[in-house]
Amino acid sequence: MLRFAATLLACLTLSLPASSQQADAPIQQLLQSQSDLIVESSRRTIGPAIDALANSGLPAAQVVLDKWQLREMWVNTETGLFVYAEEVDRDTLRIFDFADGSLIGEVPDDGFEQLKPNSGIRGLIGTALVQFQLSDPDPATRQRALDAIERGAEESHLAALRASLPKETDPQILARKQRLERLLTIAYGATDAERIEAIQSFDGDLGVDVRAALNPLLAVRVEAAEALPADADIGRVLEPGSAALSRDDAYALLVAANLAKPRISVEDQRNALIANIADGQVAGIQVATLDSQEARDMAYAALAEQGTVTAVATEAEVDQRLANHVFFERYVGAPPEVVFAAQAALNAIENKVAINQMFDLSLDALSLASIYFLAAIGLAITFGVMGVINMAHGEFIMMGAYTGYVVQLFIPDYTLSILVAIPLAFAVTFGAGVAMERLVIRWLYHRPLETLLATFGISIALQQIAKNIFGTQARPLTAPGWLDGSLVINDIVSISYIRIAIFVLALLFLALFLFVMNRTRLGLEVRAVTQNPRMAASMGINPDKINMLTFGFGSGIAGIAGVAIGLYAKVTSEMGSDYIVQSFMTVVVGGVGNIWGTLLGATMVGFLQKGIEWFNPSNTLAAQTYMILFIILFIQFRPKGIIALKGRAAEA
Amino acid sequence: MTDAALPRRQPFALRFPSVMIFLAILALFTVGVTILSEGFGIGVISTSFIKTLGKTLCLCLVALAMDLVWGYCGILSLGHMAFFGLGGYAIGMWLMYARTEIIVLESLAAAELPPTPEEVSNGIATQIFGVVGSSEFPPIWAFAHSLPLQLAAVVIVPGLLALVFGWLAFRSRVTGVYLSILTQAMTLALSLHLFQNDSGLRGNNGLSGLQNLPGLDDVPQATVSLWFFWASALALGLGYVLCAWIVSGKFGSVIRAIRDDEARVRFLGYPVEAFKLVIFTLTAVIAGIAGALYYPQAGIINPAEIAPIASIYLAVWVAIGGRGRLYGAVIGAAFVSLVSTWFTGGQAPDINLGVYTISWVDWWTVLLGLSFVAVTLYAPKGIGGLIDLITERKSPNRHGASLGPDQGSLREQEAEK
Repeated sequence: MLRFAATLLACLTLSLPASSQQADAPIQQLLQSQSDLIVESSRRTIGPAIDALANSGLPAAQVVLDKWQLREMWVNTETGLFVYAEEVDRDTLRIFDFADGSLIGEVPDDGFEQLKPNSGIRGLIGTALVQFQLSDPDPATRQRALDAIERGAEESHLAALRASLPKETDPQILARKQRLERLLTIAYGATDAERIEAIQSFDGDLGVDVRAALNPLLAVRVEAAEALPADADIGRVLEPGSAALSRDDAYALLVAANLAKPRISVEDQRNALIANIADGQVAGIQVATLDSQEARDMAYAALAEQGTVTAVATEAEVDQRLANHVFFERYVGAPPEVVFAAQAALNAIENKVAINQMFDLSLDALSLASIYFLAAIGLAITFGVMGVINMAHGEFIMMGAYTGYVVQLFIPDYTLSILVAIPLAFAVTFGAGVAMERLVIRWLYHRPLETLLATFGISIALQQIAKNIFGTQARPLTAPGWLDGSLVINDIVSISYIRIAIFVLALLFLALFLFVMNRTRLGLEVRAVTQNPRMAASMGINPDKINMLTFGFGSGIAGIAGVAIGLYAKVTSEMGSDYIVQSFMTVVVGGVGNIWGTLLGATMVGFLQKGIEWFNPSNTLAAQTYMILFIILFIQFRPKGIIALKGRAAEA
Repeated sequence: MTDAALPRRQPFALRFPSVMIFLAILALFTVGVTILSEGFGIGVISTSFIKTLGKTLCLCLVALAMDLVWGYCGILSLGHMAFFGLGGYAIGMWLMYARTEIIVLESLAAAELPPTPEEVSNGIATQIFGVVGSSEFPPIWAFAHSLPLQLAAVVIVPGLLALVFGWLAFRSRVTGVYLSILTQAMTLALSLHLFQNDSGLRGNNGLSGLQNLPGLDDVPQATVSLWFFWASALALGLGYVLCAWIVSGKFGSVIRAIRDDEARVRFLGYPVEAFKLVIFTLTAVIAGIAGALYYPQAGIINPAEIAPIASIYLAVWVAIGGRGRLYGAVIGAAFVSLVSTWFTGGQAPDINLGVYTISWVDWWTVLLGLSFVAVTLYAPKGIGGLIDLITERKSPNRHGASLGPDQGSLREQEAEK
């Protein structure tokens, strides 16, 4: 009751000013002239109405388009006048006049119908709105308009963009507008000269948008003719049966151009034969004999002679037709001069892109190499220096990574947790390494094959223990926020900070290794013990202790490598075994017992793998396969690795 | 010493009584299992367990090969399970092709027109390679239609790979652990290659349905499993005799000498590389044959079976069984693989420690790894070493060695008279 009264009151008080709408304002007249199209509104027919509004030059047109797009335009079902409105509640509207934006009043929505443009129409409206937005006082709106143009450029945008250029004040937006204007000129420029000039202005530009603008100009259509026409817009001549034009496609082209009889597919031929089976025979041929393609061809030919089916081309005819015609590409994207300019610009760009890609690939390879180096550096100590084959080395890497994961469970701050995890991982794997050396390896120093087997046993056990504790799913080891993102050099060359961090870490490890081995007493003693344990022992060095510490040091470095690798890849119980073969390969290829060899080995393996991946980007498995094969072959030629030890060190 | 003074060679069987004992045990076992089986006997042993036993015999055969190459020749190959898998793939290709062909021919027989060869071939290819999104036969399937050719491939493919790889490796004098790592790399490369979908062997789907023999759908699996069991037992018996014969003669002495001191054998004028190559290739062929018998019983083969870890387990079996003695390899493979089946099959009772329950499905691998370390450290002779406890109680057979320090002391021939 109360609500009814309120509505009544609203009607009484507000219906009166509704008549004050300016029905003769220019914008309203324009809308009326397009009224049918607007109210009917389908994506196919709406174009002229939107164009009329957009090109009217009326200041209110932008408001109309805006409101229309937002589904706030309503039409008075009685008078046919358009207004825009806000819904006050379910059945009351607050309506405004388009002409001056003045409030007309609040009315019940019975007499009004809302215009509901579908998404296609809203898209068209959005395109039309761009020209208004380009000169909008708000820079954010102008940026949005430029975004819209980049997403879907249209011919009309070019003029709008040019018109807005002199008024632009923001230098950043101005630069963007100018670039966009040149891009649009390539596509829609009025004269060829203008387009060529725009194309040439992009010489060597690496932007993806430039290539996207140039590529459509090079669009071709494959055509066939008896003889090659002398037109200027002819591209290359295609040979049927080549990679660019298969024999079937070439003939289909002739058929489509009515230059040859159609062929029949095996399917259709079979269906045609089946349709004409009579008394177990097709055209007098026993069905049972139709068990080869030749027999079926003959039966079909017989049917064609009877006139039951249409004749088709035989293979000989196909060959003859193909031989009699020449196939070529015709440029359809642009006039020939523009095409040639675009081709030249694109070639220059592609060359530059290739160089940059090469650079990017090298960065990738370098980062892969540093990962391999990290994984292998511990081995370079235990295997390279001590000669112990530790197949559980990969599991030390895994232990380090899991240590990092556990630390992150307790310390939520990623930066701090990594700083804690690195020494802790070293400590954990150092302890594990020392324990393993004391319990197992010490007894097997003169039996390398059995060291390999025993450490395999440990590796299997450690992997399974990790699986039992942490489960089989991958655990995350999250890098600190400041390592997110990547260093972008240009559109093609970029490298993530985490890879840079790993690279730096690898260099640090190299320095640490060199320092420990060459500048500390431990290193001196290690070198002495590995060269001649008995002589070292008589000099007062305890070889047992040195061996234990060296093995622990190598294992500890593997633990830190585990943290780094865990940041880069997921932590699983199998992550160690993923790296173990490659790590051994790295050490063996580089040359056992020499850290520079390991560095070279890792670099070679990393570059090799990326290089192979570049040839076959979709398939990293193949890259690994070929890399291993390559290494097997490499060892044939340099069995002692890239840097072979000479003299006494080699005999030790 | 004149020829007459040399001891007369005894028959092979008497010189190596262990061969006879082994063959007798194997025969008894085979007959026993047959009697207890479902297919031909009283049905105490289920068909699936017959398959497990048959598979175990195949594993014993490949362990035998491993023992020959590692225990006798000193080459710790981590690639023999790859050869095993290649043998399985070779026979699997025929099994899968022939079976799919029958299915396709049946489905096409209902069509109005008799099928053309192209239609049949396309149908089979679509059936087999549909899972990897292809419908064409890769070139390596060119011989898959022919059983004799694929059987030849069982021998030739692993043999050829071993020959080429071995030639490259031995020629450049890669020995010891380096060779092990190199063979492991080869195995890894092979399994990574097979994991690719475009390797032509159905990527990680592998080959499946191998337990069904083409054209023998009427024969129940109980019978088929026994056939394979017999074939495996026969292969193991023959393989054992072959290996025993190889290691018994001069050839065997040379390869043992290579194991113990390769450089010295080389200086004595033996072509060490050739000996190693022969053993490496021969054992690869044996492994291939074992694989060809194994996978029809397993029913499925995929690249994971070729991964390096499988070859490592093979070395584990041989080490636990006792390397350097043929029966050791067989005992090790049989014991460890059957115990593994028992533990990982969930049949072993869990141990409740109050705070933590040890579930053997999870902890068996840990136990295996650690016991492997223990065997390496404390019992290099493995389980086979237990047999020495018996044989050492008997007086040693000196094989014509001098019985005393004096030149004129009695020689063996006289002593044995």
